[in-house]
Amino acid sequence: MSAVTTVIVGAGHAALAMSRCLAERSIDHVLLERGEVAQSWRTERWDSLRLLTPKWQSRLPGFTYTGSDPDGYRTLPEIVDFIAGYAKSISAPVRTHTTVTSVRSDGAGYLVRTDRGDWRCRTVVIASGACNTAKVPSFAASVPPSVATLTAQSYRNPAQVADGGVLVVGASSSGTQIAHELQRSGRPVTLAVGEHIRAPRVYRGKDLEWWMDAAGVLDERYDQVDDVVRARRAPSLQLAGTPDRSTLDLNALSDIGVKLTGRLAGITQDGKAQFSGSLRNMCALSDLKMRRLLELLDEWARANGLDGAVATPDRLPPTRVEDAPPLGMDLVKSGIRTIIWASGYRPDYSWLELPVLDRKGYVTHDGGVVPAPGVYLMGMQFLRRRKSALIDGAGDDARDLSAHLAAYLDNAAQRMSA
Amino acid sequence: MANGTTVSNGVNVQALLDARDALTKAPEAAQFKWRAACEWKNGTHSHSTVESFFGLGEEQHRKTTFNFDADHPEVFASEDKGATPVEFVLVGLASCLTAGVAAVAQNRNIQLKSVTATIEGDMDLAGILGIDSEVRNGFKGITVKYKIDADAKPEDIEALVAQSQKRSAVYDIVTNPTNVTVVVN
Repeated sequence: MSAVTTVIVGAGHAALAMSRCLAERSIDHVLLERGEVAQSWRTERWDSLRLLTPKWQSRLPGFTYTGSDPDGYRTLPEIVDFIAGYAKSISAPVRTHTTVTSVRSDGAGYLVRTDRGDWRCRTVVIASGACNTAKVPSFAASVPPSVATLTAQSYRNPAQVADGGVLVVGASSSGTQIAHELQRSGRPVTLAVGEHIRAPRVYRGKDLEWWMDAAGVLDERYDQVDDVVRARRAPSLQLAGTPDRSTLDLNALSDIGVKLTGRLAGITQDGKAQFSGSLRNMCALSDLKMRRLLELLDEWARANGLDGAVATPDRLPPTRVEDAPPLGMDLVKSGIRTIIWASGYRPDYSWLELPVLDRKGYVTHDGGVVPAPGVYLMGMQFLRRRKSALIDGAGDDARDLSAHLAAYLDNAAQRMSA
Repeated sequence: MANGTTVSNGVNVQALLDARDALTKAPEAAQFKWRAACEWKNGTHSHSTVESFFGLGEEQHRKTTFNFDADHPEVFASEDKGATPVEFVLVGLASCLTAGVAAVAQNRNIQLKSVTATIEGDMDLAGILGIDSEVRNGFKGITVKYKIDADAKPEDIEALVAQSQKRSAVYDIVTNPTNVTVVVN
C-alpha cells in the first residue's frame, strides 16, 4: 500500500495538465495509466487520423507549439509525440502499465486498487477519457453473419476492410473521415446520417478554430449556456484535419460518390437496414446551426474591426439531399460487406465504486466537481467550457479544478486542526 | 425578435420545462400509454373515440370524449362519412409539428402572428389494391408547407420548423419504423 495526496486516473493530455497544475501547488500526486502516456491515441484511433485542431491551438500549461507549421494538423504519431513530450517536459509522475481496478471510499479519503499495488489518497482526479468504448445500437445483433463489423475505435485503415460495399453509421467527425477514406479506397460507401453539426474548415481565410478561439466561443462557460445538459450531449463538429484544409462535409462526400441515407433506425431479423425519413431535416438543422455560428463570428469580426482585414463573409451551399433517399436496404443483396459503427463513444467507469453515476452511467458533476468530497473529473465535453474536450481546453479546466482541490485540502486541514 | 416579457403564443413553456425537470428525476412517471377505441359501423365507415390515457403513474381522463368518424370518399364507392385513415395520419403530423412550432417559438421568445400548414401525401394505389407488389401501401412521401408570420428573421422561422420536426412524436412515428402488434381476443 502506497500513500499520496492525489491519484490521477489516466495519463492523457487532461491528466497531464492537471499534473502540471498540482505540481505548481506542490501537491504530491501520481498518474496511474493502464498503458503508455496517450494510450488511446496509440491504440484506439485509425491510422490516417489527424487532430482536428491546428498545431498552434494545443496549448497546455507550460507548453506551447513553437514549430514552423502552426496551421497544420498533427498526424497520429505527432499527437502521440506531442503528448509524450509534454509528460516528459513536466516530469509527470506517471506509473505506466498500471490499470486501476477500483476506486472506493476509505474513511477520510479513497482507496485506489490497481493490478500493480494499491494506493491510499485524499483526492482523486478522473481523467480516464470520454471515448473509452464505441457506442453500438442494440440492433447491431441483427447484422447478418456475412457482414463484418468494426467501430470507429477498432477501424485502422482500408486494408482491414473487405472489398465491396461499406455502411458507415454516423456522420460526425469520425464517420465522415472514415467514409471519405473508404470511398477513396474504391469501396462504395453508404453513410447513415443522424444529427450532426456542419462546419467549414476555413472561414474568411482563417481556420474555424481560430475564429471560435478569438471570438470567445470556446471559452463560453458551462454555467452560462442555456442548457448545459444539451450542450454536453451535442455531437462533435463535423471537422477534419485535412492536410489541404478542405471542408469535409456531406456535400464533399456526395461529390466523391458516397451515398447518403437517413439515420439507421433498425436492422430487421432478415438483415434489412431501415433508414429514417428524417435526412432532409437533419441536414436543414445542421445548415441552420452552421449559419448561426458564422453569423455570430461575422458580428464579432464587425465589432472588432476585422472586416477588411479578413476575407468577406461567404456561405457554403445548402447540403444536397436527393429527392427520395433510400429508406431500406437489404444489406447482403446490396453488397454491403462491412458496417462501421461511428455512432459515438462513451466513457467506461466500471472501476469507479463511488455513488456518483447517473442512471445512464455518466459521472455526475458540477463543472468537474464530483459530488464525492475531493473527487474531480477532467477531459469531458463541455466540462467547464465549450473547449473542455479539446487538448487546448484542458489547461483552464485544470487551473480551476486544481484550485478547488487545493482549497478542499486546506479546508480539510483546518477542520483537522480546529 | 420580440421582447421576452410580451411574447405569448399561449404555450406555458415554464410548465413544460418544469415537467422536463420533474420527469428527468422520476423517469417512470414519463412512461405514457396513448389510446383510442374504434368500432366498425358499416362498409368502410368506423367510429373512434379518444378519452383516457395513462401517464404520470396513473390513469388520466379527459373532461370530454373526442369522436372521430373515418370512411373513404365516394370515388372508392364509400359513403364519405369521415376523413380517410391516411388523412388522419396527415392531420396527426401537421398538428404535431404545428404545436411544436408554437412551443419552440415561445421558448425562443418569438411572437407568432399566424401559422398555417398544408400537408400532402403521395400514394400509388397500385399498392393497397394489390396491383403491384413492389409498390408500398403507404405514402411514397409527405410534403408539409408552412406559412408563418412572426416577429423573427426568416432563418429563425426556418429553425423553428426544423426544431419542431426534431422534437415531434408523430414525425418520429412516420419517419422511423415502429413494431406493431395486432391480436384478436
